[in-house]
Amino acid sequence: MKVLVTVKRVPDPETTIRVKSDGSGIETDNIKYVINPFDEIALEEALRIKEKLGSGEVVLVSIGDSVVTEQLRTGLAMGADRAILVGCDQDLDSLAVARILAKIVEDESPQLVLMGKQAIDDDANQAGQMLAALLGWPQATFASEVVLSDDQQAVQVTREVDGGLETIGFALPGIITSDLRLNEPRYASLPGIMKARKKEIKEVAAADLGADMSPRLTINSLEPPTQKEAGKKVETVEELIGLLHDEAKVI
Amino acid sequence: MGNILVFAETQKGRVPKSSLIAIQAGKDAASKLGGDVLVAVLGSDTAVAAREAAGYGAAKVLAVNDAALENYLADAYAATLEQLVQTNEVTLVVAAATAVGKDLLPRLAARLGVGMASEVVSFHDDGTLQRPMYAGNTMATVTLADTIKVVSVRSTAFDAAQPGEQSAVEQASVSLDADVTKMQFVEFNETKSDRPNLTEASIVVSGGRGLKSGENFTTYLEPLVNELNAAMGASRAAVDAGFVPNDLQVGQTGKVVAPELYIAVGISGAIQHLAGMKDSKVIVAVNKDPDAPIFNVADYGLVADLFKAVPELTEAVKKAKE
Ligand SMILES: Cc1cc2nc3c(=O)[nH]c(=O)nc-3n(C[C@H](O)[C@H](O)[C@H](O)COP(=O)(O)OP(=O)(O)OC[C@H]3O[C@@H](n4cnc5c(N)ncnc54)[C@H](O)[C@@H]3O)c2cc1C
Ligand SMILES: Cc1cc2nc3c(=O)[nH]c(=O)nc-3n(C[C@H](O)[C@H](O)[C@H](O)COP(=O)(O)OP(=O)(O)OC[C@H]3O[C@@H](n4cnc5c(N)ncnc54)[C@H](O)[C@@H]3O)c2cc1C
Repeated sequence: MKVLVTVKRVPDPETTIRVKSDGSGIETDNIKYVINPFDEIALEEALRIKEKLGSGEVVLVSIGDSVVTEQLRTGLAMGADRAILVGCDQDLDSLAVARILAKIVEDESPQLVLMGKQAIDDDANQAGQMLAALLGWPQATFASEVVLSDDQQAVQVTREVDGGLETIGFALPGIITSDLRLNEPRYASLPGIMKARKKEIKEVAAADLGADMSPRLTINSLEPPTQKEAGKKVETVEELIGLLHDEAKVI
Repeated sequence: MGNILVFAETQKGRVPKSSLIAIQAGKDAASKLGGDVLVAVLGSDTAVAAREAAGYGAAKVLAVNDAALENYLADAYAATLEQLVQTNEVTLVVAAATAVGKDLLPRLAARLGVGMASEVVSFHDDGTLQRPMYAGNTMATVTLADTIKVVSVRSTAFDAAQPGEQSAVEQASVSLDADVTKMQFVEFNETKSDRPNLTEASIVVSGGRGLKSGENFTTYLEPLVNELNAAMGASRAAVDAGFVPNDLQVGQTGKVVAPELYIAVGISGAIQHLAGMKDSKVIVAVNKDPDAPIFNVADYGLVADLFKAVPELTEAVKKAKE
């Protein structure tokens, strides 16, 4: 079974993000970049599927400029078989991302596409659902468990939804986006890192794919959120209850 | 400006509060941009929900009844909404950014071939929208270029619509292909709870890794939660450790809440957690580490051992109510 896993390069969740004083973007100096944590989880799931079946191929795809090679190498070191880098130095919104990915899917014909539920930089939470619509494929977002049928033709996916867990099923091909509790991603091993150096990263130019990349969503400006004044430290529970009752009037 | 279509969810045949918030967001948009507010209710038998949705002063409720819509499934619902958009001169589609809204709207947008803005917190009269990015570290002003715009709204940013003039309920006819869905609903395992809903409660008490076990949630946190008639929330670390169910996670990648009172117990205050609660009106933190970042957003901080402070707090609340 062939599984395509999408990988986005994002700022490390541990980094503090600051808006540039002119609001045109964020300060990118000293930012460390990583694979979007949800994409790492998606990749881990793909690797587990392959290991369980004892056969198959895990292909990574990332859209961006040449620096995303770094994240693709990390994914290859975790165990993916090969990677595709779709070169593009323009900012893309989710629809453009999905349109480019649709071209890659047509080309690669995977049975399953595993993605992250959201990119933690812009928190759009859109690309997977959009790709599913463009391909006319079924989708299971926010996955916390993926069970492949014995004949490998269908999946049942448990999803983290409001108020509980929902299970849906569909025949493949389809799209699954990962939630936090799907699995715990492995670290790349030293032999994995060595092997990754020899694995293929195929480069294609986004412009050559014929996907419509015209921006539909433009970001006009960014502002830091309003800062709250520092609150009061209290010594005792009594004092706290007094303030909640008399000052904040919430109890 | 054409019409504004608000997608209303149904839960056990009723309209949830999150959808009343979406209706209010639709009304806000209408007051700034013009257009009529239409409310879409989909299902296999929408009679009760459609009547309920009609109580909030929308111009019209569009009810679609079809066996294929019995359970929410992204592909069938997106195909249905697409037809409603096209037959009702809709230029703005609004839904709450709930699990259903987040799953459905991008699929609809891509079907329509248009862009989408997620988790919008306000509409401006120049047509721009505001939405948070980077775990709430920034607020972005964005523009959607297409004639038809698709927007999910953050439920903490709008009030629920108030009962208003009764709207007409129209049975909208859509034609769904036999293969409109490739997905099957299997089951829904509801997290049973008698407590208020996390995203709707006026008081939320959340616990973190500092509680150390699921039993401690029961022994220490639950009595306080119950005494305050609050909803229970948690940090990701507490959920990952299996102390409490997944859907209690508050934060960037969990639920966003903004109650009147938020009490964080044994939570350090990582940026991803703050993204889900920092708009709460009053924030209380109980933490033994005086340097914990949660104190930077807390209105009232109690530096104490939670295992001593929380039972005292529960007692004090009980007394205060007497
Ligand atoms: C500061 C800043 C300014 C920006 N300004 C603009 C602007 O003016 N105009 C504009 O059009 N866009 C702009 N963007 C980009 C835009 O905000 C997002 O990239 C866009 O919303 C796409 O969302 P998404 O698909 O990454 O998110 P999601 O839908 O949250 O991503 C879900 C999943 O899709 C996959 N995915 C997403 N992107 C890629 C990728 N590149 N390669 C591989 N897989 C991917 C991943 O698996 C990811 O987990 C800006 C971004 C930033 C950070
Ligand atoms: C991609 C990604 C997404 C994430 N999304 C979320 C999210 O949506 N929500 C979320 O919450 N987190 C999220 N996180 C995780 C986040 O970064 C933190 O790791 C997490 O919030 C920490 O949880 P915590 O505060 O319970 O634990 P810790 O950081 O371990 O803090 C425990 C606190 O308890 C205090 N404590 C311990 N014992 C006691 C005691 N006896 N009395 C009083 N205080 C005590 C300690 O002083 C400490 O401050 C995400 C992380 C990533 C990478």
